[in-house]
Amino acid sequence: MSAQIFPRNANAIFLASLFGLVMLIVGTIAAMVGFYLSPWYTDVGVAKAQPVPFSHKHHVSELKIDCRYCHATVEKAAHAGFPATETCMSCHSQVWTTSPLLEVVRTSYQTGEPVVWNRIYDLPDFVYFNHSIHIAKGIGCSSCHGRIDQQQLAAKAQPLYMGWCLGCHRAPEDHIRPREEVFNMEWDVNSLSLAERQQLVIEYQIPTDGRLTNCFVCHR
Amino acid sequence: MKYSIRQSILARVVRLAWLPLCLVLVACHVDMYDQPKYKPNDVSNFFPDGRAMQPPPANTVPLNSYNPNSPLMTGRVEGQLADQLPPEIKLDAALLAHGQSRYNAFCAPCHGLVGDGQGVIAYRGPMTVPSLHQDRLRTVPIGYFFDVITNGIGRMYSYAARIPPEDRWAIAAYVRALQLSQNTDVALLSEAELERVKAGR
Repeated sequence: MSAQIFPRNANAIFLASLFGLVMLIVGTIAAMVGFYLSPWYTDVGVAKAQPVPFSHKHHVSELKIDCRYCHATVEKAAHAGFPATETCMSCHSQVWTTSPLLEVVRTSYQTGEPVVWNRIYDLPDFVYFNHSIHIAKGIGCSSCHGRIDQQQLAAKAQPLYMGWCLGCHRAPEDHIRPREEVFNMEWDVNSLSLAERQQLVIEYQIPTDGRLTNCFVCHR
Repeated sequence: MKYSIRQSILARVVRLAWLPLCLVLVACHVDMYDQPKYKPNDVSNFFPDGRAMQPPPANTVPLNSYNPNSPLMTGRVEGQLADQLPPEIKLDAALLAHGQSRYNAFCAPCHGLVGDGQGVIAYRGPMTVPSLHQDRLRTVPIGYFFDVITNGIGRMYSYAARIPPEDRWAIAAYVRALQLSQNTDVALLSEAELERVKAGR
């Protein structure tokens, strides 16, 4: 009879470590997916510090200034239009003229040096997003930007994953609204019935034959 | 024999152990995410002022689309403020509706939704915004409003960078409609309109 090399509980230890190894792999994958979807990675809801603490809540919700006053090209161009220093100064040459918070803006206006803001949404360069077509087809600001009128410092409302884009391109009737309500931040998509929204999709001539999910629609 | 098969499988697995390292390579490839090209408002290392969007040189005009000296672009006919819309602009309900949406976006913060100079910015700041409902502004030629939007006046900045010329004319036309809305002879109203005024709507 040969000597026992392994102690009696070796089998239990082997099974336990096998189980542990599997759980470690599954857990690692789950943690990576969780990280990928979390604000640590996506920055969703994480307000960024800016050279001037500009508040959308104050300007949009309290002062009722139209989105287009600053983002003037949103209906005509791919880019919504980031306001020039002159746009800030068209009011702030008259109001809050001595505020230390606006010193950066005043200096920029005097010297011509741009204020360097921190970008909130950074779409990959191989995606060609166009604001104007979404506005023209009845997709509201808040559909993608969330209730930015309730944010003090601006933060991302969407991680901009491709699946999220496709969700709307597959079923625009879930997000469409009348053109007059595009800039209405309080618009609730359920204030129209599904049938009424489907009618809008037809009226605005949004293709429902699958063309909107072709790769080249966004990747050109 | 049994052991050697098991060993060769083990050896094969060990030989392929580097494969998961490929994931690291994938994660590091961002050259398609950040391509060497400029997008609006980018920072530039090329231009001395650090801007990817270069301001156009002085006196630049859009190519082939506009005559910069036409009434459409200047609001003036032979040096005098135009007293009617330029031929490119057709006066209809759509123009006024467009003008209303532009007015409410760009003008109402100071001039107020009805043009009484009681906009929210005027209310917050120590400033007096002239009402659009005064005799001087009721009698100026329509080109005056275009000119003021284009070049600014007093403390009002130029809005030429944000409002294209066609939209400026739409706003000018809507301002005329606003003025009419606050200064109409009651005798000219129809019965139905009179009812609405009495009902306060």
